[in-house]
Amino acid sequence: MIQMKEVYKRYPNGIMAANNFDIHIKPGEFVYVVGPSGAGKSTFIKMMYREEKPTKGNILINGVDITNLKASRVPYLRRNIGVVFQDFKLLSRLTVYENIAFALEVIEEHPKSIKKRVMEVLDLVGLKHKARMMPDELSGGEQQRISIARSIVNTPKVVIADEPTGNLDPETSWEIMNLFEEINTRGTTIVMATHNREIVNTIRHRVIAIENGLIVRDEARGEYGYES
Amino acid sequence: MKARTWSRHIRESFKSLARNGWMTFASVSAVTVTLLLVGVFTALMLNMNKAATDIENDVEMNVYIELEATNEEIASLEQQINELSGVESVSYSTKEEELSGLIDDFGDEMSLFEQNNPLRNKFVVQAVDPRQTERIATQIDSFDYIYAVEYGEDKIEQLFSVLEISRNVGAVLIFGLLFTAMFLISNTIKITIVARRREIEIMKLVGASNWFVRIPFIFEGIWLGIIGSIIPITLVSILYYNVYEFMSPRLEGSFIQILEFSPFIYQINALILLMGVVIGVWGSFMSVRKFLRV
Repeated sequence: MIQMKEVYKRYPNGIMAANNFDIHIKPGEFVYVVGPSGAGKSTFIKMMYREEKPTKGNILINGVDITNLKASRVPYLRRNIGVVFQDFKLLSRLTVYENIAFALEVIEEHPKSIKKRVMEVLDLVGLKHKARMMPDELSGGEQQRISIARSIVNTPKVVIADEPTGNLDPETSWEIMNLFEEINTRGTTIVMATHNREIVNTIRHRVIAIENGLIVRDEARGEYGYES
Repeated sequence: MKARTWSRHIRESFKSLARNGWMTFASVSAVTVTLLLVGVFTALMLNMNKAATDIENDVEMNVYIELEATNEEIASLEQQINELSGVESVSYSTKEEELSGLIDDFGDEMSLFEQNNPLRNKFVVQAVDPRQTERIATQIDSFDYIYAVEYGEDKIEQLFSVLEISRNVGAVLIFGLLFTAMFLISNTIKITIVARRREIEIMKLVGASNWFVRIPFIFEGIWLGIIGSIIPITLVSILYYNVYEFMSPRLEGSFIQILEFSPFIYQINALILLMGVVIGVWGSFMSVRKFLRV
């Protein structure tokens, strides 16, 4: 599903954010990426949807090498990957419905199937009744659920989440995690960078720990392993 | 791209115009002012150009023929001149015709000369390109039986250089104006885009292609250009109509004419509209470019 082969990433300021990353994530896996701030978690995540390019090595998604993907092909890569961010990244001038529909408009989906599909995912995240509201009118947890709905609306095989609970209170964080669990049980691979010790230690999954650009741990049912 | 995607882009572009009210107003004002200036200048330039061409076309050479030339020799001379490259027309005028022209112009005193006509038979020669007049004159001068070739040498040279300079100055001014307009518009659009930077970033992250992001902005540029050209088109039309009404009777009979209102105003309005659209599109294109590298 996702493979990194001897991936290095050095930023222009000399910081080594990825030092020989060599991992393989199988279809349907749920993987936490943990580590202190500035360790390279975000780089790890960003390289998967080509916001960052590795300096050396190869990244394969679904068997396709995305390392040397032409800029014009990047949108097509992103259509097969759902991305969820800490700050939700919703379009504030569009309604909840339009925000989710946008991901399908981009791929020129038929309007009828857009409607059907958007209502399906809104139902899944439990916010069908707020379809006509603006993002600003929703709570943080609700906004994150909308952003998750958007990430899965075009049924990607992988969902990548960068600190999805970072801005949320503990209770809401659990709700969001339950949602990811639900999506995972339906067969979608999930890669999530997180700082949330409690979650990682309670909902057990594979843990990849990164420190100073090095993978220091990769355990099948791992623990968070840091003081939070 | 599918038809409904296009209609989405057009809808988006209108929404964005409405949403960015003040920025839209600023861009439209910039386009309006520039196009008005460009329109007035172009109208002026084209009329000056017309006047220049009228004057240039009026340049003719008077080729005086020696008195002893026979009719055959005159005929062969005419043929020789006609064969020169760059000669547009040659017309022959006898000294009798010349004299009756003088009598018409200056009155009967001139008829004294009918006894002993001091004038010469002449050709009136016109060059295809008036700037070739000097060369052609020199060539004609070298033929047999030519008494003299006259064409007001110094004045013409001077006129040409003045016309040349004023044309160049006008062209530079128009280019300068257009450039400033593009700069202004691309700046205003850039400001609206900076405000929407996050939006563009999100679009790209959910997999929108560059064109998907770009096309609504390009439409927006087109609308800005069209809206911005309304006032210039109206004003230039009214202005030119009045100038035309005022000038054309006064120029009646002179060899300089102002450009006809009817085809000219449509041409210049089409030009204004086209320029509005071009600077609008160019402005949006340049300003989106920077934000697409996500």
